[in-house]
Amino acid sequence: MKHKSLDTTQALLNSEPGKFKEGELRSEEMIINLGPQHPSTHGVLRLEVLSDGEIIKEVVPHIGYLHRCFEKHAENLPYNQIIPFVDRMDYVASMNSEHAYVMGVEKMLGITEQIPKRIEYIRVLVAELNRIASHFIAIGTYGMDIGAFTPFFWVMRDREHILRLLEWASGSRLLYNYMWIGGLFYDLPVGFEDRCKEFIIYLKPKLKELDEILIDNKIFIERTANVGVLPRDLAINYGVTGPMLRASGLRFDLRKVDAYSVYPELEFDIPIGEGKMGTVGDCWDRTWVRMQEVYQSVKIIEQCLEKLTTEHKRTKEFDPQALVPKKIRPQAQDVYVRAENPKGELGFFFRSDGRSDKPLRCKARGPSFVNLSVLPEISRGVLIADLIAIVGSLDVVMGEVDR
Amino acid sequence: MNETLLAELLTPIIRQAPQINQSATPVSMIIDRDKIIEVSQALSTHPSFYFDMLSCITGLDNGKEANTMEVIYNLYSIPFNQHLMLKVTLSRENPEIDSVISVWRSADWQEREAFDMYGIVFKGHPDLRRILMPSDWEGYPLRKDYQTQEEYNGVTVKYEEKRS
Repeated sequence: MKHKSLDTTQALLNSEPGKFKEGELRSEEMIINLGPQHPSTHGVLRLEVLSDGEIIKEVVPHIGYLHRCFEKHAENLPYNQIIPFVDRMDYVASMNSEHAYVMGVEKMLGITEQIPKRIEYIRVLVAELNRIASHFIAIGTYGMDIGAFTPFFWVMRDREHILRLLEWASGSRLLYNYMWIGGLFYDLPVGFEDRCKEFIIYLKPKLKELDEILIDNKIFIERTANVGVLPRDLAINYGVTGPMLRASGLRFDLRKVDAYSVYPELEFDIPIGEGKMGTVGDCWDRTWVRMQEVYQSVKIIEQCLEKLTTEHKRTKEFDPQALVPKKIRPQAQDVYVRAENPKGELGFFFRSDGRSDKPLRCKARGPSFVNLSVLPEISRGVLIADLIAIVGSLDVVMGEVDR
Repeated sequence: MNETLLAELLTPIIRQAPQINQSATPVSMIIDRDKIIEVSQALSTHPSFYFDMLSCITGLDNGKEANTMEVIYNLYSIPFNQHLMLKVTLSRENPEIDSVISVWRSADWQEREAFDMYGIVFKGHPDLRRILMPSDWEGYPLRKDYQTQEEYNGVTVKYEEKRS
């Protein structure tokens, strides 16, 4: 029996061997293993650190602990049944992932232009609510990573209101399956707009509080400014997108660049990192950009609510499932679509053969996956405590890294 | 997208007029597998294209009948807001292609993923290991003829569907 357990240990080591070999180390080097079970790796990320005392020489991320075969499942399911799987990729921003996915399939079917404005506004409304929830997680857990406990409880309290709103609309708290190809599962529940307005009024002072307690906090600035600086050209070369790229000083937001859905009709700014507390593209800039994006999302939500209660009012005849195709069979084609998720560019590559209801290939380009790949580059030569600060500032969700 | 300029740029490299499909979303182009690095370098540095971002690398298996695999590169140019899709066809017996990591670093993990899922070998990649699957996993899961292994480290992988 003892012999067998030894075998099991060896088998586990074989399944995910480290990159560095103990025998080949120089005398001052050592290997430190962080994760996969570690509170500050935000899930099941394993970091193999080669260090010289406190200084990091090299970081090797090991991923795949949460691999759930999204692409294999997608090849065996009709287009409309893939949506719940899309939810489970970035599980703190499911609405945004759904939005990208349904836009892609609608583009393949050529019905993008026919989608009623009310549906588009509802989609943007719930997606922006979810964006706030996702950024709250990013900011709150990041504060907790580097020792600020209170803001985490505050953002989780406020996020709870968003989850309840979305639960009211869709029936579930995190994995909504609310947006359907060609429409929505249901119209917004009666009274949703009023409650949402109340929530915005409640949220605004709380955001200011969060700004004061965390973002402008001296200890927070000391821990994050000038740490993990990501230069702009390096970010682009690594394919980094989303708040991380914007924090590095590039005004690049797909909501503006691609102008999809009803975003061109809405007014909002794109905040970029300015290096206010240190260098452009440091950890503080990334968090600050996320915080500013929350303010912008609030602005978008207010405009959506305004439109949804005046121009595109709820009517008795309105059926959000009217355009939902009974059979989804796109023509043979290759399509790449992308949308701005809270983490960055979420892209879907589809190939359909024109003969089946299932995609021949459905590849998801997760922003977390690509953003995480820059970690070894920006954590060379930093202290181990700073590595925790850098990992937190990337804001990766392992569900999307591993898919 | 300026098609004539693109053809002008690429014709000397691939020694023939490039096959550009303007109607695809995004515009797509079929490239010979030996030319991928040269084409990538030309596209990423040319002042009127400047494809500075490699958004996505997709591996693809066309199955046993066609006996081919594909690698699809989705390029994006931030300054000119242009998309381009490069398609490369590989043989299924020997799926090998040069790595474009020297041009775009974002190819690093995405090529590892394509290697992991399809067994496509990217020559010149400095660290071509499995990324999502365990390193002692057998077979390449996204190939069309993939058979799940019976057992992995004492855990049954393949379950027969029980019908009562």
